[in-house]
Amino acid sequence: MLHLSWLIIAVPLASAAVILLAGRAARKWGHWLAVAASATTVIVGIGAFVQMLGLDRGDRAFHETLFRWIPGGELSVDAGILVDPLSMSFVLLVSVVGTLIHVYSVAYMEHDPRRSTFFAYLNLFIAAMFLLVLADSYLLLFVGWEGVGLASYLLIGFWNQKSEFATAANKAFIVNRIGDMGLILAMALMFAHLGSVDFAHAFAAAPGASTGVLTAIGLALLLAACGKSAQFPLQSWLGDAMAGPTPVSALIHAATMVTAGVYLVVRSGPIFAGAPNALLAVAAVGAITLVMGAIIGMAKDDIKKALAASTMSQIGYMMLAAGLGPVGYAFAIFHLLTHGFFKAGMFLGAGSVMHGMDDQVNMRRFGGLATLMKFTWVTFGLGWLAILGVPPFSGFWSKDKIIEAAFIGDGWKPWVFGLTAMLGAGLTAYYMSRLFFMTFYGGKRWTDDQHPHESPLMMTVPMMILAAGSAVLGLVLARGNAFTAWLEPVTGTVAHGEPVLAVPLIMTLTLILVALGVAAAYFQYVSRPVPITEPRASVLTLAARRDLFQDTVNGALVQWPGEVLTRIAVYADAAAIDGAVNKTASGTAGLGEVVRKLQTGKVRSYAATMLVGVVILLAIVVKGGR
Amino acid sequence: MNPMNYVILATVLFSVGATAVLLRRNAIIAFMGIELMLNASNLLLVTFARVNGAIAGQVDAFAVLVVAAAEVVVGLAIIIALSRSRQNISLDEPSEMKG
Amino acid sequence: MFPFLTVLIVLPAVAAIVLRALPASARHASRPIALGSAIAELALAVVMAVRFVPSAAGDHQFAQVHSWIPQIGASWAVGVDGMGLLLILLAVLLTPLVILAGWKDDDDADRQMKYLGLILALESFMVLIFAARDVFLFYVAFEAMLIPLYFLIGLFGGEQRRYAAVKFLVFSLVGGLVMLAGVIALYGAGPGGSQGFLTDNLKGLSMSTTTERLIFVAFFFAFAIKAPMVPLHTWLPTVAQTARPGTTTLLVAVLDKVGTFGMISLCLPLFPNASRWAAPVIISFAVASVIYGAVLAIGQKDMLRLVAYTSVSHFGVMVLGIFAFRQTALEGSAFYMLNHGLSTGALFLVVGFLIKRRGSAQIADFGGLQRVVPVLAGTFLIIGLSALALPGLSPFVSEIMVLVGAYPAARAAVIVAIVGVVLAALYILLAYQKIFTGPVRKGLEKTPDLSLREKLVTGPLIVAMVVLGFVPGVALTVLRDPAAAAITTTVPANTAAEVSQ
Repeated sequence: MLHLSWLIIAVPLASAAVILLAGRAARKWGHWLAVAASATTVIVGIGAFVQMLGLDRGDRAFHETLFRWIPGGELSVDAGILVDPLSMSFVLLVSVVGTLIHVYSVAYMEHDPRRSTFFAYLNLFIAAMFLLVLADSYLLLFVGWEGVGLASYLLIGFWNQKSEFATAANKAFIVNRIGDMGLILAMALMFAHLGSVDFAHAFAAAPGASTGVLTAIGLALLLAACGKSAQFPLQSWLGDAMAGPTPVSALIHAATMVTAGVYLVVRSGPIFAGAPNALLAVAAVGAITLVMGAIIGMAKDDIKKALAASTMSQIGYMMLAAGLGPVGYAFAIFHLLTHGFFKAGMFLGAGSVMHGMDDQVNMRRFGGLATLMKFTWVTFGLGWLAILGVPPFSGFWSKDKIIEAAFIGDGWKPWVFGLTAMLGAGLTAYYMSRLFFMTFYGGKRWTDDQHPHESPLMMTVPMMILAAGSAVLGLVLARGNAFTAWLEPVTGTVAHGEPVLAVPLIMTLTLILVALGVAAAYFQYVSRPVPITEPRASVLTLAARRDLFQDTVNGALVQWPGEVLTRIAVYADAAAIDGAVNKTASGTAGLGEVVRKLQTGKVRSYAATMLVGVVILLAIVVKGGR
Repeated sequence: MNPMNYVILATVLFSVGATAVLLRRNAIIAFMGIELMLNASNLLLVTFARVNGAIAGQVDAFAVLVVAAAEVVVGLAIIIALSRSRQNISLDEPSEMKG
Repeated sequence: MFPFLTVLIVLPAVAAIVLRALPASARHASRPIALGSAIAELALAVVMAVRFVPSAAGDHQFAQVHSWIPQIGASWAVGVDGMGLLLILLAVLLTPLVILAGWKDDDDADRQMKYLGLILALESFMVLIFAARDVFLFYVAFEAMLIPLYFLIGLFGGEQRRYAAVKFLVFSLVGGLVMLAGVIALYGAGPGGSQGFLTDNLKGLSMSTTTERLIFVAFFFAFAIKAPMVPLHTWLPTVAQTARPGTTTLLVAVLDKVGTFGMISLCLPLFPNASRWAAPVIISFAVASVIYGAVLAIGQKDMLRLVAYTSVSHFGVMVLGIFAFRQTALEGSAFYMLNHGLSTGALFLVVGFLIKRRGSAQIADFGGLQRVVPVLAGTFLIIGLSALALPGLSPFVSEIMVLVGAYPAARAAVIVAIVGVVLAALYILLAYQKIFTGPVRKGLEKTPDLSLREKLVTGPLIVAMVVLGFVPGVALTVLRDPAAAAITTTVPANTAAEVSQ
């Protein structure tokens, strides 16, 4: 089925187009068409996967040129797809999680009059996401890259009759565009120095390029990745993006789109191979975001924003792993897959809670839901265990590997990155336990008119499947290093280095930190009653509640100067440039006023002037003639 | 044939015409002055055509004649219209052309 | 050989005359006549495009040379290369759409007839100027098209229409006057004779450096006013704000392209050395236009002015692509000329629909329309996204070709211009947010959605952008050779490098 891989992109795209063009007519069947389109991608994806498994490891890169996109010239780009183990991993993740979320949304969005539009956007999103991961060149990848950004914009602003939701959508798109500058710049650099923007040629030319060039490309790619994956310093949009319907947060802002930055870095491995400093920057960005996200997550009371902060932090892990170079690439993608399952599951769980609580998102208003929403509780619990990294749930296998890998190397780096990653595990345990306990345990803190109830099967079944994935996926993929071996054709063979600390010691320390985090959350939020209003808190907590002042900083550094500049420019354009023009015009008119006095209107004086003029001219001509 | 005679005659005619245009207020007289100047130049055209043995000058003279005829038609019409509306044909009166 | 170009030039002019000659009793038929002739023109142009030989896109096809005023060396010389062909197609595609968009603009049959007559006269000049292969003929068309435009702005505009018309005329005439000096000097420098103005006879002249530079500046100045470059752009927002959206569509989408078209087809081939000499300065101004236009677009309160400023920004990108003297960039610029016409033309038209509904062009008078008119909102969004060069739509391909292609030649300029990508997102999305999102504003609850006629106007443009976004090859194949030809004369080394690859 490999040669049918293009269908993975085409089917959902066609479905989206059909639903959007049908308009009102699609209300009855639009969502089912979308689900069917999404399910088709699963079938084709699995078919292609099975076929790929049957191939030799070295032959597992299926490349097909679909059509000539930009013809001829220096910048000749074909639209082609590249199915290799890396993109295949994404295809499976996106199609499976995407389809589950489609099904969930049928019930979740049941009462929305624009449900079919919502499904068209979801289809548009998965089509763009598939294009992103299947593209065989940076330019085509960019099409998918912007496509997912567009779908994200449309879905965050799905309820944009609320002004602040529309603002959130704009913020997401615009911050992403800042990242896109990086990708365009990277392509310009590749075109100038590597001679091509398609993977095969660019990667082949990369070893011959200078370190400076590769570092510049690497940093530009990192900028792009930061925008898409909400990494420091372009992280501020993700929290606001929770304005979108919860299935959107689960699919786009947790499981798939936000991880595209990690994909970009791993895909660009051959470029980063010649740019150790760019790679170091990737790791540093990952480490900073990891801690930042965790700190923000510890203070948020909005369940979706807490999960968003967690997503930021977990992607920080992936970036950190990717920044470690080939040794970490496989683990970054591994964590990406397991995270896709457990985080999507938890988001759907949060959606289920909101569904039962009249769209309440404040966790201080939850509590004691474990008994009332059993399915949600159990599935969320499995996700919680997975993200904590408790063996044998899937997060353990992927995150532990990242922590171990972070300790590999020499000099100061393994200590800084390793300890950060380890500390992050403790923080993760604390904030996720806080979230879990505040929602499902403790006293009931609901408002009077709320009657929590379990969601319909259509919602809980996808949650169960994702929870099952959260539980066993890690174990399955980690067995005998199956996943690392699967990705080896892309990431390359790596000589396994030894961590600076012994592996069992790292594992033990990590688990101790996790246990401490859980215990702290337990004592704070289960043993003691949770206040309904935010208690007074330390400076750090206050800062974390305000997202560590990221909006304030952006406002002071970018937005405010930008607005002032715009105003000055508008004024200057009217006053200075147009003013100068008008001054010239009125000056000319004034000159005309003076000159018109000479025009008496008397015919005979005109005639006299003409005669004199002709005589003078003649005199000149005659004189000049000699 | 001495072309100089014709040149002098043309000069005299032209000067007379120009003087009439410049000094007389009566539009009809001024108009006749213009005609004189045109014909002075016609005379020169024909003269030099003869001197050079080329036909072009005579053709041009015909063109000038035609233009002059047309001009007379328009000019007289204007004068008549003026005299109708203003009861006189003094050239100094109308100054609507004033800028 | 059928004289396609001459017929294309004459047909709308004849239609315009027929409209003027209609007896008062038949004036109500002016709309069908105008639309019919515009469609016939489009059909004829399509036939011509089909018969165009893509493999010889660098040559001027359908060429005709007739003596016109041999005494001064002027000829009726027409012919199109790939670039001219695409621009003519753009012009004849937009004209019927503009007529259709303004179908109900005038209640008075007499005014209707005058408006349509002027639009058709404009179409005639638009075709002429892209087909002219004689510098004098080009200049005549360059000036003559001001006449219908002056009346279109001055008679059919909104408030301040006289001011706008005069401002437009003065800007254009100043440019034209300077260019005239250049045209005369160029004739003097050329071979002279009865065909002394033929573009082909003026290539490769040996002029002194100073002469070449002066003539180049004279031409470029006129073109920089047309393709509004900072700081010669201020006429555009005034005109856009005042004139009918249909007029502005033709003006910005097609006629302003005369500026960039002239740069490629006259400045580069005729004054290669001067072009190289001026390139750094021009690129600086181009980049300034990109950023400045975008910043001003963000700050606008009037939709029409906003779109006008976005065009200033986009023209900056085109000029940057031209004066980088790189194959990819110049090809991208030429392609951008077409795409910008589709995108900005559509944007002006759809803004016109909005204004028609609200009676105001102020952004602040709108709000929450997406819930009321979803199709109009979706149309606006798609067109807006094309203006911010979203991948999948054709402007993206051209913009990326310019930015990526110009990078090796003008690194700093490209890096600055890339910032325009973010600014573009700001001006489009902020406007969309204010007009279409949030709670529905009072008085807008009953706004009608796009009618079939309006869908027929925007539909073809959107389809064209999507098709060209995925298969830009149809346009790029005919743009390659013209771009290469322009570069070969200017910087032969760059072509050589390209061929060797």
